Amino acid sequence: MRHFVVVGIFVIVVSILTYVGLDAAELMPEQASAQAVSIDWLWDLQLVAMSFLFALIVVPMAYSFIVFRRRKGETGDGEHIEGNTGLEITWTVIPLVAVLGLAYLGAYSLGDISRVDPNAMVVNVRGQQFAWIFEYPEYGIVSDELHLPVNRQVVLKMESPDVIHSFWVPEFRVKQDVVPGRVTEYRITPTVIGAYKVRCAELCGSNHYSMINDVIVQSQADYDAWIAVQSELAAASQTPEGIGQRLTVQYGCTGCHSLDGSSRPTGPTWLGLFDSQRQLADGTVVTADEEYIIESILEPNAKIAAGFQSPSLMPAIPLTNEEIEYIIAYIQTLR
Amino acid sequence: MKKFFSTALARGLFWQVIGTLVGAGLVTGIRWAMGLSTTIDNFFFTEPAWVMGGFFGVLFFLAGNGSVTDWYKWARGIDTPEHPEEPWTGWERYLHVSLDHKVIGVQYTVTALALIAIGGLFALIFRTELATSGLKFLTPDLNMFGQTGLQLYNTLMSLHGMIMIVSILLGIAGIINYVVPLLLGAQDMAFPRLNAFSFWIAVPAAVLLLMSMVLGGFDTGWTGYPPLSARAPVGVQMFFLGVFTAGWSSILGALNVIATVVRMRAKGMTAWRLPIFVWASLATSIIALTATQLIGLSFQLVMFQRLFGMGFFDPAKGGNPVLFQHLFWFYSHPAVYVFVLPGLGVISELLPVFSRKPLFGYRWVAMSSLGIALVGFLVWAHHMFTSGMNEYLRVPFMYSTLLVAVPTGVKFFSWVATLWKGKIVFPTPMLFVIGAIVVFLLGGLTGPPNATVSVDLHLHDTYFIVGHFHDTIFGGFVFPFFAAIYYWFPKATGRRMSEFWGKVHFWMMTPSFFLMTFGMMRIGLLGMRRRIADYDPMLGFDATHMVLTIAGYLIGLSVLIFFINFFYSIRNGEKAEGNLWNSRSPEWQVPSPMPVHNYEKPFEVVGEPYDYGLPGSKYVEFSSSSQGKHH
Repeated sequence: MRHFVVVGIFVIVVSILTYVGLDAAELMPEQASAQAVSIDWLWDLQLVAMSFLFALIVVPMAYSFIVFRRRKGETGDGEHIEGNTGLEITWTVIPLVAVLGLAYLGAYSLGDISRVDPNAMVVNVRGQQFAWIFEYPEYGIVSDELHLPVNRQVVLKMESPDVIHSFWVPEFRVKQDVVPGRVTEYRITPTVIGAYKVRCAELCGSNHYSMINDVIVQSQADYDAWIAVQSELAAASQTPEGIGQRLTVQYGCTGCHSLDGSSRPTGPTWLGLFDSQRQLADGTVVTADEEYIIESILEPNAKIAAGFQSPSLMPAIPLTNEEIEYIIAYIQTLR
Repeated sequence: MKKFFSTALARGLFWQVIGTLVGAGLVTGIRWAMGLSTTIDNFFFTEPAWVMGGFFGVLFFLAGNGSVTDWYKWARGIDTPEHPEEPWTGWERYLHVSLDHKVIGVQYTVTALALIAIGGLFALIFRTELATSGLKFLTPDLNMFGQTGLQLYNTLMSLHGMIMIVSILLGIAGIINYVVPLLLGAQDMAFPRLNAFSFWIAVPAAVLLLMSMVLGGFDTGWTGYPPLSARAPVGVQMFFLGVFTAGWSSILGALNVIATVVRMRAKGMTAWRLPIFVWASLATSIIALTATQLIGLSFQLVMFQRLFGMGFFDPAKGGNPVLFQHLFWFYSHPAVYVFVLPGLGVISELLPVFSRKPLFGYRWVAMSSLGIALVGFLVWAHHMFTSGMNEYLRVPFMYSTLLVAVPTGVKFFSWVATLWKGKIVFPTPMLFVIGAIVVFLLGGLTGPPNATVSVDLHLHDTYFIVGHFHDTIFGGFVFPFFAAIYYWFPKATGRRMSEFWGKVHFWMMTPSFFLMTFGMMRIGLLGMRRRIADYDPMLGFDATHMVLTIAGYLIGLSVLIFFINFFYSIRNGEKAEGNLWNSRSPEWQVPSPMPVHNYEKPFEVVGEPYDYGLPGSKYVEFSSSSQGKHH
């Protein structure tokens, strides 16, 4: 009996210490969405259960190692206890009830985070190797940043032209795969103004690690201002280079090609590209004129720039000749 | 050296090379005659040629090394002896085709150890790359095996996964093969030739997997999800073919284990007197026999999609990428129970010996293995909560997944109760058993959050999962595997491994491992994704990653110490020919090393297997004559 009392006390102490320790460690990132509240609540409940079960197993084990070890010079065996059906039934039935309860709470939490707001705002998302592209259908805006007003539910309608990706902002908690051939939905209500990152969470190829775009949660006023500026830009930029710039974002070109001269492993920068002398992987040097750029878009493998991967990472992009002209017009402005 | 080249291993590998060239040449010839292209960039042969080459390579290996010779002779009406005398001695025995389950068990185990070393080395390479943020040596301008550094990172990461999985399958087959017939009192497995075949087919499979490395690799992870795997380099085909081939080893091996357990038990060994490890082996074999086909099938479908343009998983042709995930996980979830059930069996088998007490609730522990095996078939879609499958399906899979906790809990509580009021001793195998229980407990406790859908939407595809998974596999396989090797090594060699270095191995590996998985889970929760070659320094994970890398190296070093101890002790270990662990189990009642045909005299089961502490009780009694062997 004394053994059970000592172990019982230690189980309680160790459970509490474990939970306090885990709680103090701040295991989760910032809680920046309504959905995160429900998820963190369920997570926290499971931390309590984990702490208790950890103590429940480890404490009597450790106690046995100390108290029931064979001491020097001892030769005999332990007590001949074969089992106890009552105990076995107890530790089958109680966990059974507990996990069913947990599953119920899990279903409840899932229902909670899936709650649909009929006034939710819609943004179309394309995940492709290796960038995210955001389209605001109401305004005709295409952006490589996701801007969201705070405290309003948004539903992202997501598509992929190539392989499976997964949309994840850790501060929002929820994650959803983007699957070729279908539209998947991601529903979230951001609650904290700030700058976050969406990172692709499903292995999507060699540059998977760099498939990251900005997510900006802002006040309704700031959001409206951003929308206004973007709409204006979209309307004003009916010049060839303006259209080209939007196409560049829309097709995710900037996921691999930088515009500011910084080097990326995926593709050459566009700054100062036009009419420059290009060293190719095979050692020859060519001029990056219109013809070269058209060929590079239509047949990415025809010429590989020195220092880049062969076969090329570049996907086949369904561009019309006109669109290519616009993009070249835009590239020409990057000097 | 000359001796080595005449072994079945060397002959098999030689014929595998010839077979690969013949298969590839055949397809190339046909393509040439049809006016199709005959080469591709970098890799000489075309993809169909490589696939046919890989396939022929396996067939030639098996034909060339002699593991199908007897069947071939029987087909031609030529008899061969039931138990042929095997002329080789020493190390040579293990490189030839042997029908002795003990030799095959050692062959499996050593092959598994070799693959653990290779898979571990791959992990250390990419772990080094991850030590700090910023790409270091696996950079985009690196060009090795026709891959950039980024592709090579993905190949190493993917191969680490699959090589380790194959090594686990071979490792459990090794322990089961060596131990189960001894525990049953059988002379051998039910089908000795099939047993040899099951082992030898795993060798060309491992070669195929490693070949993928030099054929452009594959950047898909071990899961090989299409459409990514449908676009990957030729290497992915070798990966598919390698897994497909290794699956044969698993299926046929499992068939053999089941037949052996059902048909070859000693007199008096009723269901409730089976050693607990046999129950675990039976449960694991039932899963392996019935589920392995699905991973073979799913990979084969992607193979055909690539070779013949069949659009199974290609949305442009009406296919469905999510279907692949269902097929894949229908095996690959139960597979983790294939990996851990034998290990949990080792824990249950060894714990009474070192606690000097009966296994608490024997029948419950035995049935919990079958319970886990059964429930394990109903949980696969919990890997797909974010996949875009029908949303309502997620709830029933959450319920079924959480149910796994019930039979697993029965095991934990019974283990604790076994220790309670024992007379516990702590030699090296016991240390690894204890390590296994605690590590598996951490794996078990970090499981339910992944099962509850809403929380999993955060945890999925992060380092939290990586940490959780390594806990389950180290607790369920790696620690028990080492425990089993330290425990049964004297049975196989007549010598024991060094206790001192065994303890160094344990005390170096265990804390490092805790540090590693805790670190993984911590940064995973904070936003560290799986399978990325580099991470954002702004996340502040650099310090943790450095710790993970150092811990990884310490684990590697501890395993190196184990390897040296293992190979050194074969000839130089302290002699241990008697009942070293004071066990009741039949294999320890006869001198070590085990004689070629196992027990000289058959035994009869006369009591319970784990009645430690019951004076005068016996588990087995050897008959006085050598007659009357059971059949």
